[in-house]
Formats: sequence, structure tokens, C-alpha cells
Amino acid sequence: MASIAAGEIRPVASSVRHERREARTAWLLALPAIILMLLFVLLPIVAVIFLGFTDFELGVGKFRFVGFENYAELFTDRTFRKSLWNTTVYTAIVAPVSILLGLGVAMLIEGEGWGKSFFRTAYFLPVVSLIVAMATVWQYLFHPTIGPLNALLGLAGLPKPNWLGASSTALYSLSIIGVWQTVGFNMVLFLAGLTAIPRELYAAAEIDGAKSSLDRFFLVTWPMLGPTALFVTTISVINAVKTFETVKTLTDGGPNHASEVLLFTIYQEGFVYMKVGYASAMTVVFLAILVVMMFLQYRFLDRRVHYS
Amino acid sequence: MKTRSRFTLGRLIRLALLIIGAVIFLAPYIFMISAAGKSQDDIFTAALSLIPTHFYYMQNFAKALEKVAMGTLLWNGVVVCALIFVFQVLVAIPCAYAMAKLKFRAARMMMVLVLLGLLVPIHATALPLYVAFDSLSLLNGYTALVAPFTISVFAIFLFLQFFRAMPDDLIHAARLDGMSELGIVSRVIVPNAWPAVTAFAIFSVVAHWNDLYWPLIVISKPGYATPPLGLMNFRAAEAGDDYGALMAATIIITIPLVAAFLLAQKRFVEGITMTGLKG
Repeated sequence: MASIAAGEIRPVASSVRHERREARTAWLLALPAIILMLLFVLLPIVAVIFLGFTDFELGVGKFRFVGFENYAELFTDRTFRKSLWNTTVYTAIVAPVSILLGLGVAMLIEGEGWGKSFFRTAYFLPVVSLIVAMATVWQYLFHPTIGPLNALLGLAGLPKPNWLGASSTALYSLSIIGVWQTVGFNMVLFLAGLTAIPRELYAAAEIDGAKSSLDRFFLVTWPMLGPTALFVTTISVINAVKTFETVKTLTDGGPNHASEVLLFTIYQEGFVYMKVGYASAMTVVFLAILVVMMFLQYRFLDRRVHYS
Repeated sequence: MKTRSRFTLGRLIRLALLIIGAVIFLAPYIFMISAAGKSQDDIFTAALSLIPTHFYYMQNFAKALEKVAMGTLLWNGVVVCALIFVFQVLVAIPCAYAMAKLKFRAARMMMVLVLLGLLVPIHATALPLYVAFDSLSLLNGYTALVAPFTISVFAIFLFLQFFRAMPDDLIHAARLDGMSELGIVSRVIVPNAWPAVTAFAIFSVVAHWNDLYWPLIVISKPGYATPPLGLMNFRAAEAGDDYGALMAATIIITIPLVAAFLLAQKRFVEGITMTGLKG
């Protein structure tokens, strides 16, 4: 009896020991990642929130705790309000247009057997091209006097806008570049979503009376693409809110703040004027926008999405 | 959907749309190549003619190479991207393995950290990081360019998904053979994680080769400039309206990634979809 009892206890004891050893190994394996996450993600976030309540300026040395003063100032800051508005306009153009074009191109390519890889390459190329470099090319295309775009418009007898140079068109010109740059990315994601739809569903829909391709699109393609569309929307909106490269390279926020976007304003206040406290408050607003975006997407769109 | 090989009206429209779209999307590249071969006079007079009247390629490329330290820029780009990628993988794989296959109490808390991390871009952490690097006198160097990106929560997330799908038997068998956990990671997990690593490599390199925000903040000396930063400085300071030289410089700097993409297209697209869809 005793020996049996001992035989029963021993594996338990060793499994406890084993579990402890496993947990210790797991901690060791994860430790570098945990340390780096604390150092480069968590700590800076806490610091940015803290700095947002101070008047910290780089090079000044002393700083004061100012409560919500920075946030109050943000509301009356015309540059900041303008840049928030510009970011909204830019996002409201670039996200929907690049999503719809991406979906359209993906469906055309998917439906067409010929030249599949050529078309895919052509539309995807902007995604892997250096943004700053291609922005330079766009600046040439948009050039009011020597640019090919206005030369083309001139041939058609149309007015020639001063694309990036006029405050009425600068933001829209940047939006065109933004769309050009993201359609390919969205297309590839939609293509992956489309190929995952079982062919039989289309046959079944046809038998059920969905005669036109439009019927089949709304009956099969759209609901089956739900998760992809949700994901593409989230990514597109977040990327549009994060736009910076083209603004910095091409317009520097000008003319007269017409193309100043959120990240550019943060960069300008924080790293050019060194007003770290004030820029931190802006960063908190920027982060809040990202959090709200994610939350909205998953709350509202999730319900209408069909998961297979 | 039946694939028809005949030329119906619908198919004609579809092809026409695709071709027009492709021409519009490729137009910037066509004009870039064209303008890089034009002389200053050519650029100012004939905007729409694609073929330069006098081939000026040699002169423009020479000017670009002379005015910008292309070698330094490209080298910095390669070093920074490679260092970032190596650190990201070295840190993320063991962590993801522990979270996916080992039992420990912190796993849930770490999942929260990872999901939080996915939401936070460098733009949100840049201010305190800049202050910290400045006070440690680490600005203008590879450390500042690389360190904040050594941790990629996205990599942890991607590998985690991948490891969860791996059969436990594989790991049990290795344990029975007397392998240590570190041995399992390096000799069982890593070789099997190759598709995920390739996919992540593409994502990581595209992101960091293109990044302007962080290098712009931490680098003020040209010696450590990355390709986007170098090109931006060249554009702002030297070139002005010399579009021929500018386009030549643009071509040199765009080529590495575009060439890599054209060579390994299938991998690229797979990688983007794989990392993209899981992110």
C-alpha cells in the first residue's frame, strides 16, 4: 500500500516541479521582449501622458506641472484645429477612395484571366517604392509650369492649377498621391479575400436566381469579403491619420497651413520648436484618435460582418 | 463565375479599365525614367515628350552621385534595416514560443501588452524617446536609429499565431529526445517558422527602409542619414529645380526595394497578405 501511495504522489510532485521549471523557462525566453516592451512602448506612453501635463521644453531645464493647460490651449490653437481638420479631410478622401479602387481593381483582376501578374505588379509597385522618392516624382508631375500633368491639361484646353503651391489645392494634391500609394496594398488584401471565397457559392447563387453579376456581388462577394473589408478599412484609416512623409517632403504644411496634418504639427511643435510638453498633449490626442478608431471599427462594423 | 475566353463586350471594358488604370499607376515611373535622361532645357520645354531629345542620362546620374553620398545612404539603409530585422526576430521568436507553447502565468498579461503595442506607432512614443536619447547623447548614430525598433509586437503577434498552429507533438517529441527549451526554439521552431519569418522580413524591411519620421528626428548629421532622409535633404538643399538630377537620384534610391520586389514578387505579395491579414 505504502509503496503504491508513494508511487502516486511522486508523479504529482515531479509534475509540479516540471511546471515550475516550464514557467521559469518561459519567463527567461520572454524576458528580453518584456524588458524592451516596457522600455520602448509602455514607459514612453506613460511619459508622454505625463509630459502632456507639463510645460517641458527641451534645453530649458526646469519644467512646471500645468494640469490641463496644454489641452485648453489646444482647443484655441488655430493651427492645431486646422491640422485636425486637414487630417480629417485627407482621411475622408484617401481611405474610402483607396478602399473602393482597391476592391474594384481586385475584382477586375480576379475576373480577368489575362495579364494577372502584370496588373498586380503595376498597381502594387507604389507600395514598395520609397515614399519620399516618389513624392519627388509627383512634385515634378504636379509642377505648375514644367509638369506633365498641366501640359496635358493645357492640351485639352483646361485650366492649369498650381497643384501643390496653392492653398486651395495642396491638400487634394497630397490626397491624390496618398490614394496612388495605397490602392495596391488594399488590392492585394482584397485579392487574398476574393480567392478564399469558394467557387460553389457563386454557382449556388446563380441557381437561386442571382442572374446578374451585380446580384451575385451583393449576395456572395460582399458578405464573404466582410472580414477583409473591415480589416482594410481599419488599416486605411489609421494609415491616413498617420500621413507625414509627403507633407514634410512636398509642402511643409503650407501654403499657409493648408496641408498641415496632425503628425506634421506634432513634429513641428515638439522637434522643431522643442515644446515637448505641448507636443505631448497633441500626441495624446493623436493616440486617443487611434484608440477610438479601433474601438469604433470593432464595435460597429463587427456586427455587420459575416465570419465564415 | 465562368471564365470566358471569348472577347465579349464586358471583357473588353474590363481589360480597357485595367490597362488605363495600370498606365496611370505606372505614369510616375515612366516620367521619372524619362526626366532622368533630359537636359535642363528639355525639361523646361517639352514636358510631354517621353524620349529625351539629347540623352542626358550620364550627366544627370553623375550629378546625382556627385552631390549625394549615395553609397553612404544605401549602406546606412541596409545596416539599419538588417540590424532592426535581426533583433526583432531574435527577441520575438523566443517570446512568441513561450506564449504559445509554455504554461506561465504572465501569458495573459503579455497578450494585453502585445495588443496595446500593436496600437502604438513610433509617432506616439517619439517625444519621450527623443528626450531620453538626447540626454544619453545617443542621437546621430545607429543606436538611436535601431534601438526603438528592436521590439516588434507585431512580430510577436505574427509568430504567436503561427506557433499556435504548430502541432504540440513536434515539441513533445523533441523534449523526449532530451532537448532543452532553447534547443527546441533554435532547432525545431525556427526552421519550421521560415514562412512566417520571410513574411515578417518583407513587412519589416519595407516599413523601415521607407520610414522618414524617426530618422528625421534623431539624425542631423549626413553621415548617418537613411535613404529617405538623404533624398529629402538633397531635394531641399541642393537640387532646386534641377529635376534631371533629382530624378536620377530618385531612381538610384528607389531601385533596391523595387528590384527586390520584382525578383521575389510572389513571396512579397504572400508576405504582405499574410502579415497584413493577421495584423
